[in-house]
Amino acid sequence: MFDVAVIGAGITGTFIARELSKYQLRVLMIEKDNDIANGTTKANSAIVHAGYDVLQGTLKAQLNVKGNKMYEEVCRELQVPFKRIGSLVIAFNNNEIKLLEELYKRGLSNGVPDMEILSRERVLALEPNLNDDVIGALYAKTAGIVGPWELAIALAENALENGVELFLNSTVTGIKKIKDFYCVKAGNQDINTKLVINCAGIYADKINDMVSDIHFKMLPFKGEYNLFDKNAGDMVNTIIFRCPSDAGKGVVILPTVHGNLLIGPTSELVDSKDALQTTSEGLKFIQQHTKLTLKGINFGNVITSFTGLRAKTMLHDFIIEEAEDALGFINVAGIDSPGLTAAPAIAEYVLNLIKHRLGNIQKNEKFSSSRRPNINFMELSVEEKRKIIQKDPKFGRIICRCEGITEGEIIDVIHRKPGAKTLDGVKRRARPGSGRCQGGFCTPRVMEIIARELGIDITEVVKDGLDSYILTGETK
Amino acid sequence: MILEPKDMICIACPLGCRLSIYEDNSAEGFIVSGNKCLRGIDYAVKEMTNPTRVLTTTVKISKAFFSRIPVRTNGAIPKSLIYEAMKLINCIEIQAPVRMGQVLIKNILDTGVDIIASRSMYEREMLDHIKDSTFEVKKSL
Amino acid sequence: MNNYEIVVIGGGPAGLAAAIEARKNGVKKILLIERDRELGGILQQCIHNGFGLHIFKEELTGPEYAERYIQELITMGIEYKLNTMVIEITKNRQITAINTIDGIMHIQGKAIILAMGCRERTRGAVRIPGTRPAGILTAGMAQRFVNMEGYMIGKRIIILGSGDIGLIMARRLTLEGAQVLAVAEIMPFSGGLTRNIVQCLEDYNIPLFLSHTVVDIEGQDRVKAVTIAKVDKNSIPIKGTEKRFECDTLLLSVGLIPENELSKCAGIELDKVTGGSIVNESMETSIEGIFACGNVVHVHDLVDWVTEESKRAGKSAAKYVKGESTGRYKVINIKGINGVRYVIPQLLRVKNITESINLMMRVDNIYKNIKFIVKGNGQKIKEIKRAHVAPGEIETIKITLNELTYRDYNEISVEIVKEEA
Repeated sequence: MFDVAVIGAGITGTFIARELSKYQLRVLMIEKDNDIANGTTKANSAIVHAGYDVLQGTLKAQLNVKGNKMYEEVCRELQVPFKRIGSLVIAFNNNEIKLLEELYKRGLSNGVPDMEILSRERVLALEPNLNDDVIGALYAKTAGIVGPWELAIALAENALENGVELFLNSTVTGIKKIKDFYCVKAGNQDINTKLVINCAGIYADKINDMVSDIHFKMLPFKGEYNLFDKNAGDMVNTIIFRCPSDAGKGVVILPTVHGNLLIGPTSELVDSKDALQTTSEGLKFIQQHTKLTLKGINFGNVITSFTGLRAKTMLHDFIIEEAEDALGFINVAGIDSPGLTAAPAIAEYVLNLIKHRLGNIQKNEKFSSSRRPNINFMELSVEEKRKIIQKDPKFGRIICRCEGITEGEIIDVIHRKPGAKTLDGVKRRARPGSGRCQGGFCTPRVMEIIARELGIDITEVVKDGLDSYILTGETK
Repeated sequence: MILEPKDMICIACPLGCRLSIYEDNSAEGFIVSGNKCLRGIDYAVKEMTNPTRVLTTTVKISKAFFSRIPVRTNGAIPKSLIYEAMKLINCIEIQAPVRMGQVLIKNILDTGVDIIASRSMYEREMLDHIKDSTFEVKKSL
Repeated sequence: MNNYEIVVIGGGPAGLAAAIEARKNGVKKILLIERDRELGGILQQCIHNGFGLHIFKEELTGPEYAERYIQELITMGIEYKLNTMVIEITKNRQITAINTIDGIMHIQGKAIILAMGCRERTRGAVRIPGTRPAGILTAGMAQRFVNMEGYMIGKRIIILGSGDIGLIMARRLTLEGAQVLAVAEIMPFSGGLTRNIVQCLEDYNIPLFLSHTVVDIEGQDRVKAVTIAKVDKNSIPIKGTEKRFECDTLLLSVGLIPENELSKCAGIELDKVTGGSIVNESMETSIEGIFACGNVVHVHDLVDWVTEESKRAGKSAAKYVKGESTGRYKVINIKGINGVRYVIPQLLRVKNITESINLMMRVDNIYKNIKFIVKGNGQKIKEIKRAHVAPGEIETIKITLNELTYRDYNEISVEIVKEEA
């Protein structure tokens, strides 16, 4: 019997599970995919918002600002990249300047610190590559960028180290209330648990419908992104937003924690929870809107495009509450922007709901908040590099030429818990394949290493899901 | 007997003349047009009467550092025999050491052409300094 | 710090030829650094024939061509390291390299020869829309899996790009039992050698769709279908011309990019059109003592020319370390215009030409019955007639020393002019 079962191991689910691991609770994460952080968590803007953009008085506003403050500490504990680079909402005409003033007021009301409206000169001094017709901007110092899937993976590692369990490839197909606990049917198992936390992203409505007659609908909004080569990474220094206009919300332009340039997203309501294709319209949209903001961007530097689905609801706010007709079943749904920012605060909020339901829960004296950081070979000093190769020669074999990733780092992430078992899993944890050649050089070598370390045949190595085989057999 | 003219691209030189060829009762038995030199006629007639190709593929090899060794025909074989030749080649498995040029199948399908190794492959044990995945070939065969 | 007279980065045909030539010209301390598990570079996976027709007068396979040079390198006792990756070079010819046995190495060369070859253009770089399942790979990666590791990469295959790598793989995969359903090419002409269209596509009845590109990829875990469509003269897909193929693999053969990250880090000037370093007649880059040859300078079509070019680089590097270099003075700029996309070398020092120099170039379209006109300071030096030129085939024009010194030129251009009927 588990105390808490968290459905969905994305950023929300992993934050909650890690928070719960600070207490003496038997916690289980149930994930439908072959790896954690496989949904929206791996395909979003990676922004930690300041909080002026959210409507006053909403749960989003409250948890956005609170969550933003918590990022430094949690990223330091877990050794995950986070940079508070600040954000600009840029204005090109007087109507937009008025909008900036409204956002500023809203920010103040939401409790956002360190905001300022900048003049054209100061904006261009901060961001020389913006179009010259910018006339002003709202600057928010507390906005930042993070590695979203790196954070989810680090949270999961820490949670597992502190006693949380994880079932992968376990789609929840049914939930039954039995007296004072729930029986969750997932994968091939029946899991008994006192509480269920629904963090199933765009599938949260489906999960909710299994126990509650109070329905809500998840509207999947597709967002397409372009990721640029690190050569373009210094085009901007902060996160650049445009004012929403008749033309829509425009695109965000920002650096990533790894030094690439990221532009996106588009926003399109789709009818399928599977609609993950990029489209030529989406790419065109990004190009057109980028040209309105930046001068001198070369789309020949795009190294890849991807899409993510956001889980929006009609209510324009988070749904974080126990289902009225299903006590012990807590929905954490509609976690679209600023979901990533709010996540640490959402975890605390949910903890309080759980305490309310379970009563007094004992602290886990053995809880350790830090995690062994990922080794980043290229960032070590020459002396450190020498030492680590002497200890383990596998750090002397570079597998990913574009990013300088060694075999030692890849082996390390394969053996962590939850470790990398797939090409994408290795890419998300150690980064081979994220560079300009997109795996052209390293893929055969990474597959060889995965096969060897997991004791499987190389033809069994998959890209991501269980059916994403790469090789079809031997040549004759 | 006059058949429909057949079109083809000559590959004797990079010009790639577009040729047209058909049978007739002339001395050669064919009329070729579109060629800018005599090699075009030879090529076209050969393609009609007995098109041949060089075949290149790989063969399984054991006791070597790799599991496949590239091989080829040491001459051109009739195009019509390619699939059958592949079937035969796919049946064999050889062992290192192998020397470049070594005959692996003699006179395949009675064409007078052999299947030879396109490179040398040494026995795994013969390679000095096999540490992890690093090795240096100090000896040559 | 390890000291060498010449350090060659890359052990493919370019690096091998350069190192051998440097030794033949009297240089003793040479180190060749190769990142793969054996020498030979890309030739080891090019198991088809067609290599060496000009140099050896034979049609060898890639591995055979490579082995001839590898044997010569070993016989000469030239030092080399395998499984070793160069991670940095400086303009002072300092090299940082790393492997599992020596750990981190700092190497000082008097001269460096860059021979790092190319990487393949990716799906992201050509922005093909659709899902991102398994089963999308570049032709070169497929070639490595099939020919060297011994694994098949799919059963029903669509190939985008009719360059040689795509055509060669169409044949190879068919012979290994897969079904290649079609080759799509965005240009109205094929990018590969005509012999490959015949021997790889026509022989196996694989349809070639010119002026077509991939507009959609379906499949969550693995490719399920690929849709191609015709494009207009601006390469924009035309609605209504879509053809959908149910398949499990999409092979991309959409171009090669010279791999110049190391060159950039040393501050070497690159040519925006070729993607490689700007070089002079001695294959020297904008940094004194650093030379470059092979695909890292520009994408070649025949390995024979790579060997010739690399020998020139090796010889020049040898002269440089022996102090016999002629210095960096009076330079003629060479460029391609009006149909000529680029010319190598981009710079010429007349003092270093003994008899003649071969200018290598690529055109930007298929042209029939044209003349190449070579001009010096706008005045015609010579003209060469050609019945047929194509972007996929490198053209060579020989300029003699007399022609170069007829007047005091500071600029030479090569252009295409249509022949009068």
